[in-house]
Amino acid sequence: MRQLALSDEILMKIEKPARYIGHEINSVIKDKNAVDVRFCMCFPDVYEIGMSHLGIQILYDMFNSFEDTWCERVYSPWPDLDGIMREEKIPLFALESQEPVKSMDFLGITLQYEMCYTNILQVLDLAGIPLINTERTWEDPIVIGGGPCSYNPEPIAPFFDLFYIGEGETQYRALLDLYKKDRAAGVSREEFLRHATNIPGIYAPSCYEVSYDAKGIISEFKPKFEDIPVKVRKEVETKLSDTYYPVKPVIPFIKSTQDRLVLEIQRGCTRGCRFCQAGQLYRPIRERDVEVLKQYAKELIENTGHEEISLSSLSSSDYSRLEELLLFLIEECSKKKINISLPSLRIDAFSLDIMSKIQDVKKTSLTFAPEAGTQRMRNVINKGLTEEVILDGAKLAFEGGWNKVKLYFMLGLPLETDEDIAGIGALCNEIAKVYYETVPKEKRNGRVQITASTSFFIPKPFTPFQWAPMNSQADFREKAYKTRQGIISQLNQKSIKYNWHDTDVSVLEGVFARGDRRIANVILDAYKSGCVFDAWNEYFHYDKWLDAFEKNGLGIAFYNERERSTDEILPWDFIDIGVTKTFLKREWERAQKGEVTPNCKEKCQGCGAAVYGSGKFCFE
Amino acid sequence: MKLRIKFSKKGPLRFIGHLDIMRYFQKAIRRSDIDIAYSTGFSPHQIMSFAAPLGVGVESEGEYFDIEANSVTTAEDMIARLNNEMAEGMVITGMRILSDDAKNAMASVKAASYRLNWKDGHAPDYDLTEAISQFLVRDEVLYTKKTAKSVIERNLKEAVFELKALDDRTIYMLVDASSAGNVKPGAVMECLAGFYGKEYDSNAVQVTREDTFTDAPNGGYISLGEVGDVF
Repeated sequence: MRQLALSDEILMKIEKPARYIGHEINSVIKDKNAVDVRFCMCFPDVYEIGMSHLGIQILYDMFNSFEDTWCERVYSPWPDLDGIMREEKIPLFALESQEPVKSMDFLGITLQYEMCYTNILQVLDLAGIPLINTERTWEDPIVIGGGPCSYNPEPIAPFFDLFYIGEGETQYRALLDLYKKDRAAGVSREEFLRHATNIPGIYAPSCYEVSYDAKGIISEFKPKFEDIPVKVRKEVETKLSDTYYPVKPVIPFIKSTQDRLVLEIQRGCTRGCRFCQAGQLYRPIRERDVEVLKQYAKELIENTGHEEISLSSLSSSDYSRLEELLLFLIEECSKKKINISLPSLRIDAFSLDIMSKIQDVKKTSLTFAPEAGTQRMRNVINKGLTEEVILDGAKLAFEGGWNKVKLYFMLGLPLETDEDIAGIGALCNEIAKVYYETVPKEKRNGRVQITASTSFFIPKPFTPFQWAPMNSQADFREKAYKTRQGIISQLNQKSIKYNWHDTDVSVLEGVFARGDRRIANVILDAYKSGCVFDAWNEYFHYDKWLDAFEKNGLGIAFYNERERSTDEILPWDFIDIGVTKTFLKREWERAQKGEVTPNCKEKCQGCGAAVYGSGKFCFE
Repeated sequence: MKLRIKFSKKGPLRFIGHLDIMRYFQKAIRRSDIDIAYSTGFSPHQIMSFAAPLGVGVESEGEYFDIEANSVTTAEDMIARLNNEMAEGMVITGMRILSDDAKNAMASVKAASYRLNWKDGHAPDYDLTEAISQFLVRDEVLYTKKTAKSVIERNLKEAVFELKALDDRTIYMLVDASSAGNVKPGAVMECLAGFYGKEYDSNAVQVTREDTFTDAPNGGYISLGEVGDVF
């Protein structure tokens, strides 16, 4: 049995000690003397959140399939253990070997949401790795970031040696080979990073310099040396049915947040909603072969003994073989008494039929994401869903016995008017009306329960709205108030519940999403003043963040509230995601005119992602 | 038919709590293809009953759970299949068929035996043999347990059935583990240390549950693992 990094005394006094002991089923143990590269994968949040993430499992599986590499995991120690580790000077350790993270060759950090940025610093700090890349030596692992937030890595650029832009399946092997070669040749750390930039998708922030004009807008962003590429192109796995898939995922002892098996059925989306970053980042759309998925499902069930399985994709209803796959899963899972947890599907006769087969209709609710209250606004954001489709879907569902409906909206969308906000209450009311018209009194199971939730729109890089101004907190609060007023003025208001998100976090997320390198100092100062686990309400200190902005002479409004000119150099312009800036500009202009752009399935819009040569609907 | 499964839990896995151990076995049973029976309804669950929950940090050589199985092969085969699916530190050590009217594992539990051993680098700060004889000669050893809601006083003499020193750093005890009268070994240790005005340092001692018992038909106790038939 491996010696644990934490003493019994510590393990007995912290919450959920199982977060830190490793030994999970399907975790991989290798002989450390028999491998050349030790890679530690980190999800900078608590174990239960990190263990729910498919991406890490994919990379863990891939790295460990390399004979010369041992990949381990680490997550953010919860504040109780964080305090003890600092006090007793216990270095952060990897779960498998229980050995210090600092002794690894690589520390890979996945960046799934902006509010984890201080946790990156916590992980580096506890590991004893200098927080700033230029202060590191070969005594430290190469710190590499990846995941959706790496598409604008600038606010956290100084904390990383490298970023991997794109899907991890394609270039890690090349990076490890280069590492082995360079280490054997005894090159300096700086030289290795410089060499790494020649691998597609690899960005070494220390090899680039940024200058700003008097207003604080980027005037130049360029490589420091001639052999460094000017642009970094996103990596895409073009053979989705013939690549790594973790059919033996690590099974946590404690319940993770998403405690189920995940079948990733496709990547990308053809819908082109203008607010959606994932919809652009993961183009072109690629489906996994249905037979491959069936095989994965069988193996996953055998290898884990999990009691629930779910599908993962940006828009599962668009998967061409969805019906076949679901019917297969229903049959396979009923044999083994496994629950199927359905992703949000488009509400139609087919999906309602499937749902009624596998869920208790009375307990489950239906989800619609109209995103906006009026058709005009939905046209601006290119959300194809019409009121007619929603009301027809609701009618079908009410006839099928459902009486709970969830609706998701965004507030603060570009070009939003009071009418659009009022439309949210009106749409909820219409749905309630459909219920009372459809279901006769004697068949009603109480009142219809409609829950409307609004989140605040945050413009993201690589979307047509990347130039758009974001609302201020005051705007957001006023809009949430108006939404509530709009709802309570409805005839069926007693059937409608309204939830809205916190504004402070949204505002910071906005800055991190579109921020530049100067924001790194704000994050560093906020961390030093005690900010960590910002995604957790109980640990979020907005006042400390405001202090950090002030200390660095930077303003939130500069990053969030101004409309950027389409000529401006954006911090993420050096990244090429296939989708061109020309296309995004065109979409931004069409949005302003309220013009809808059709789904790629109907007509290629020439977004640029066809350059990868693998998209299902991408034809030259 | 009802099966009783015995297992031991040691090493790092002693930090996994009772509810998580239940989930762990549900998955292990699926992986090993044991033909377990399920409840009916939209979310069928395995029919399974665990004996006495084991505290976090405690090791055990005598843990039990019962399952309802639709079919069986041999105990040897089923134990081997389950052991193939165990995490390091967890071992299936026995399996028997229970009669249909047998009480389930949880309701059966009456007593548990423990071995408490001072860990390396630690030693008792009083003489174990002397402390134990003090305990044994007294008519009453009162232990006060404070919970968030109440203060309960208990005479441990009624709950400790056997108490002895195995050597100068190891204690053995057989105590009440019934649902109404369960006593944690730490309570006894607190009283022993208390005789000398000392505090019991739970971090210095590794507690191991040796076995779990039910009432024997002719009086006394019988191991849960000896109930039912070998197959």
